[in-house]
Amino acid sequence: MIKNDMTFKIGGEAGQGVESSGAGFAQALARGGLHIFGLQDYMSRIRGGHNFYQIRVKEEDIYSHTDAVHLLLALNPQAIKEHIEEVVEGGGIIYDESWQGEKRELEGRGIVPFPAPLKRIAEEEGGRKVMMNTAALGVAAGLTGYNFEPMASVIEDNFRKKGTSVVERNLKVAEAGYRFAQENHDRFDYRLEAIEAPERMVINGNHAFCLGAVASGCRFVSAYPMTPATSIMEWMAAHVQRYGIVMKHTEDEIAAICMAIGAAHVGARAMTATSGGGFSLMVEALGLAGMTETPLVVVEAQRPGPSTGLATRTEQGDLRFILHASQGEFPRLILAPGTVEECFQAGARAFNLAEKYQCPVIVVLDNFLANSLRAVDKEAFDFASVEIDRGELLTSEDLDRLESRYNRFQFTESGISPRAVSSHPKAVYVSTGNVHDEEGHITEEPTIRTKMMNKKMRKLEVARREMREPELYGPKEADITLLGWGSTYGPIREAVKALNKEGRKVNFIHFMDIWPLPWEKVAEMMEGAQQTVAVENNYSGHMAGLIRTYTGREVDKRILKYDGRPFSPDYIIAHLEVK
Amino acid sequence: MSEVKDFASPVRPTWCPGCGNFGILNALKRALANLDLEPHQALLVSGIGCGSKLPDYITASGFMGIHGRVLPIATGAKLANHELKVIAVHGDGDGYGIGGNHFLHTMRRNMGLVDIIQNNQVYGLTKGQYSPTSERGFVTKTSPEGAIELAVNPIALALAAGATFISRGFAGELPHLAQLIAQAIEHRGYALVDVLQPCVIFNRVNTYDWFRARVYKLEEEEGYDPSNREAAWEKACEWGDRIPIGLFYQVEGLPTYEDQLPALRAGSLVKQGLRPLTLEEVEALKQEFV
Repeated sequence: MIKNDMTFKIGGEAGQGVESSGAGFAQALARGGLHIFGLQDYMSRIRGGHNFYQIRVKEEDIYSHTDAVHLLLALNPQAIKEHIEEVVEGGGIIYDESWQGEKRELEGRGIVPFPAPLKRIAEEEGGRKVMMNTAALGVAAGLTGYNFEPMASVIEDNFRKKGTSVVERNLKVAEAGYRFAQENHDRFDYRLEAIEAPERMVINGNHAFCLGAVASGCRFVSAYPMTPATSIMEWMAAHVQRYGIVMKHTEDEIAAICMAIGAAHVGARAMTATSGGGFSLMVEALGLAGMTETPLVVVEAQRPGPSTGLATRTEQGDLRFILHASQGEFPRLILAPGTVEECFQAGARAFNLAEKYQCPVIVVLDNFLANSLRAVDKEAFDFASVEIDRGELLTSEDLDRLESRYNRFQFTESGISPRAVSSHPKAVYVSTGNVHDEEGHITEEPTIRTKMMNKKMRKLEVARREMREPELYGPKEADITLLGWGSTYGPIREAVKALNKEGRKVNFIHFMDIWPLPWEKVAEMMEGAQQTVAVENNYSGHMAGLIRTYTGREVDKRILKYDGRPFSPDYIIAHLEVK
Repeated sequence: MSEVKDFASPVRPTWCPGCGNFGILNALKRALANLDLEPHQALLVSGIGCGSKLPDYITASGFMGIHGRVLPIATGAKLANHELKVIAVHGDGDGYGIGGNHFLHTMRRNMGLVDIIQNNQVYGLTKGQYSPTSERGFVTKTSPEGAIELAVNPIALALAAGATFISRGFAGELPHLAQLIAQAIEHRGYALVDVLQPCVIFNRVNTYDWFRARVYKLEEEEGYDPSNREAAWEKACEWGDRIPIGLFYQVEGLPTYEDQLPALRAGSLVKQGLRPLTLEEVEALKQEFV
């Protein structure tokens, strides 16, 4: 018997509630004190197709999904065909009893068949066939012996808005499924049991970023929907009343970034969020923010490109683009959080960095991080440590006391010019995308152009000192050093943990801040490394290329994946062996 | 009391002698002074083009952005600080061409902005190509056989898109234009001031003389009522021997976009400032995910 260590997979077509039931079940497990990792996989369509939701559950903190599935909840026959290979021997499949011919094939593979009257329960107890998902969850909980109370509480919370009748019918469906499993099936090796644990949040990267952003005073969001960034603007829209946020759904991404620039220019903490396609449209205005030294936060949640690419899937193919986007050169800061905790921190840090260095800060996420759920202790998001630092922003009082003329783009040693926002009699100036002098007026003087360029670029050198150095995970001395950035943190960490448990000596350098970086420190970190292996969700190894450019060290091996699917620890381990 | 000279800039315009933009600049200064506004109370947002250099030639807060994106930048500024008088100033290529999408959406939102379009019916700064408002047959470097597209009718577009203040001025009628701009600034909601602005170098058709022979003021038209949408439509379509200028249409009392935002009920975002979340707020945020 294996307790509190397994993976569920719910498969079905769009419209069958795969995602909502998966997320709900993950929540129910977390309320029982268990750690979860929830992976969402869906197609770019509203109905039909094939979607799945995968939940890994364990008593200890986990950072990633793994490949092996122990219990498959098949909401349609196709789900069995799609995923039967992933189900381990001794694992089980829950499916509707009306489907013929499944049992023998399952038993041939050593998989336990769990036929259940899913449709009948949904229709009889709930009145709607679509409640099959709830019935299947009830059966899954019953099979594993999981406590019914956390499930009931999640059903109550999630359906409350739809009215008490919907809550009651879903509860009846779940209970019937639960009872059916307990009365009819008793030979499943995987068990779940609620344990004592502190309250935990179940949260994805996008929402974690939102919490950090709101904590650090972001009150202006202008955006245009694009997967996988959309849930940021939706979350903000749902919180405009309570937190006093202006959330503008714009006519396009160009308007989105331009509105954020306008709002930031007059003193709000402003952001936009998009994916690569939308970011492509924003690029010209990104340069405007650079030229006018406007503090701006842009979230770029990547998906596979170019063009529409794989709209609902994951990739890390935009890093080089983000690093160089827009004509000319200007300082920009790039953060690439790897966990939900780091997403929260990135939300909290980005606005401070943007105001301090008066430049765009781009937070790079991807579909995998944006949508995957993880359970974390409530204390993991340290709101108390979030400080609002507006950098060299002159207050009204500062301006009142000012005796000399205010020059918005004053030449300074740090390159940071004290900033004043429009609406004060002493802060009357013009900002322009043209080359300008200290006062802000347009100029074509070569000496001023050179001086102004140097001033701006000096900010990057100051910022470099406070960027986070890459983090080392695993033993200090190792035979293999894996290199990753952003969302690959979870799968790489889990792979490293598993390999060291087997007696291998493997460690991992994780880049969370990407630009600017103290590269000499990176070089130092890599000095003792034996074999270095870059693990990236892209075709050409963007970070491996940056490491070579800025440290001179060629990475020995690259494990690259660009099929639109995230890494799993198993995949990394398997590919480490391949020469 | 503010005066016209308060808005004088140390920077000398690079515009050609006789450019219609001088008239627009002077009318704008006069309007601001007449309304007793001070330089820091207005934010001028412009794009790219000869006319978009205007914020550099006036002492007031200014933001000169990128081509065609004037209205979203102005919108962001207004949403973050609605106490500012936000005035967009850009050309016909910027406003009706590359920025056409923003033009439509800003109007249907009734954003509290003044939108001054320096409409010279030609691209000047890029040295003589036809623009969205060039008339059919207009010969330029990119239309050597004459333009074969219909010209944009900004007044009709504005009416269709639900703009609440629609006007047209003429750079050669300074006091009238200053009056129109002042009215536009005082209007609550989106206010269009399309300005006929002769380009003395690249538009040899629509010259000062050409306009002077044709323009007439709507307010001098007996019985013309700018609250009558049908009448406005008729005037919007008039272009030829007679060209109407003045206020085509105005509807008052409709809520602006910013009026309707819950976040702004406690004052502008900028005035509300940044504050750390309360313990209750933090707990509520966390609890959403438990």
